[in-house]
Formats: sequence, C-alpha cells, structure tokens
Amino acid sequence: MWLFLLTEVMFFGGLFTAYLIMRNWYYQAFVDASHQLSIFWGTANTAVLICSSFTMAMSVWSAEVRRRKSLLVYLCLTVVFGLAFLGIKGIEWHEKWEKHHVPGMRYSVQSFIDPQSDPEVYKEYKDAALAPDAAQKTEEYFFLYFAMTGMHALHMVIGIGILVFMIFRAKAGAYTTGHVTFVENFGLYWHFVDIIWIYLFALLYLISRH
Amino acid sequence: MSEQNQQHEQEHHIVSPVIYMIILLALLVGTALTVLASYFDLGEWHVAPGLTLFWNPVVALAIATTKMMLVVLFFMHVKYSTKLTKLTVAAGLFTFLVLVGMTLADYFTRAWGRW
Repeated sequence: MWLFLLTEVMFFGGLFTAYLIMRNWYYQAFVDASHQLSIFWGTANTAVLICSSFTMAMSVWSAEVRRRKSLLVYLCLTVVFGLAFLGIKGIEWHEKWEKHHVPGMRYSVQSFIDPQSDPEVYKEYKDAALAPDAAQKTEEYFFLYFAMTGMHALHMVIGIGILVFMIFRAKAGAYTTGHVTFVENFGLYWHFVDIIWIYLFALLYLISRH
Repeated sequence: MSEQNQQHEQEHHIVSPVIYMIILLALLVGTALTVLASYFDLGEWHVAPGLTLFWNPVVALAIATTKMMLVVLFFMHVKYSTKLTKLTVAAGLFTFLVLVGMTLADYFTRAWGRW
C-alpha cells in the first residue's frame, strides 16, 4: 500500500510543481486570483476532512479491537464527513461557475477586468477589478485550481465508494475477526488524501492572503 | 493460522483512541494557526539580488508539514511500524523533495544574471 501511495505522491507532486512554477512566473495574477477563494469554506473543509481522518483512524481501531458496531458507526461517520467535504467543494465550484471563472468551460477575462459587467454576480461578491495582464493569467491559476482540487475530489469519490463497500462487508461481519489489513490499508489511502488537502489548502488559499 | 501469522498478530500495535483524539485536536489547532497567520503580512527577507524569501508561504508550509508529519506518524501508524515501512516512507519523501527541488531550482534560476 505504501508503494502505491508513493506513486500517488509523484502524481500529485507533478501538479504541485507545475503550480509553484506558474506561481513564480505569474506571481501577481496568482495572488489576485487566490484572493477570490473563500477562506471560510476552505477552513471549514479542512476541519471536515481532518475529522473524517480521525473517524477513519477510529474505524481501524474498532476493527483491531473487534467491535463490529463501533466499526460501522465510524465508517458511516467517515462517509458523512467525506460527503460534507464534497458538498462544500461543490458550493465553491458553483460560485466559480457563476462568476465565469472555469477555464475551458465557462471562463471570461472580462469578468476579472470589469467585475461590474455582470451586475448580479457583482452585487453578491463585490470583487475588485484586475489589470488586463493579470486578469489574463488568472486562467492559469484557475486551471491548476480545478485540476488539483478536481483530482483530489476524484480521490475522495473513489474513497467513499470503497467506504460504502466496506460498510456492507463489515455489516456481514468482516474485518472484526482479526483480519484488519483491508481496513488498515484503506485508512492509509484516506489519510493520504487528507494530507494532499492540507497542502492544497495552504498553497491555493493561504499563502498570499494578507 | 500459520506460525508466522500468529507472530505478526502479536506484534500488531494498536494505537489508543486517546492518541487519535490528541492528534485530532493538534491538527485542528494547526489549521486555526495557519489561517490566523495568513492574515498577517509576515514580511520578506532579501537573501541576494533577485532572490527574496517571503515568510508567509514559509510559515504556511511549515505548519502544513507539521500536520502532515502528525498524520503520517500517528494516523498512519508509521511511528509504530517496522523499519522497512519507515525507510520506504522516508525514501519516498526524499525522492519527491529531490525531484521537486531540482525542477524548481532550474526554473527559478533561468533568468539569473540577465539583468
């Protein structure tokens, strides 16, 4: 399992490296664009994901001490936290969609240069206007933003699928008979996805906030 | 169950929920700290002409790395794992840092001496 996670490290590492290089090249655009993310939802999502990691750790513990009921409860809680994370991510993505900030699908430079051109969106968010050259390069930022958070969300979706599978198996009495390897390995995967988010949160939301 | 398996079962270390609870609290405190720190301009350090170190990303990444270590060591049980697992994780991190570090060193220094 650890070897699989190392390949995942390299995979996300490529995205992180691309982000750092682009950020260095188009520094102002990345600072301006990152100000459009919501710290509130980002922080909430970090807390939700950390809690889901905790309930996953408790699932592994429940399997180890062979408590079927508590295993089921903690697995279900992990699913709930995972879905809450995706829900919040959905709210954030929806905002970007409304504001025409989704590269390749629904993106307009105009929405950055002149935010007041869309009165309804402007009424809600009151974004500051950007200089044309910075506005153009925000596309790079949001492309990487969607690539990274999207790939992370895909990992969450796969994880939730496996969690649901484990809930059915645990209900039938699996994992609490001393064979905890599957739950343990899935826990490693889930914690790894949590770690990726910890770095995404720091790099995408926080480092140019002040 | 084979003898080897039995031995493995005996060695299997069960981490107590109390430790998980402490780590959960530490991670939440770390999140609060990093959000708080991001609202202050922590300044910069001019290392050399053309090379400036901003403290905000350094602090954010330091806190993120501390959180990562807590998750890896306790939630992922590496602290209680075999030397082979520890070595695998450490080698992975090291290789990752070398790859990213070398790539960034290349890109960040391409314009050096051209002003």
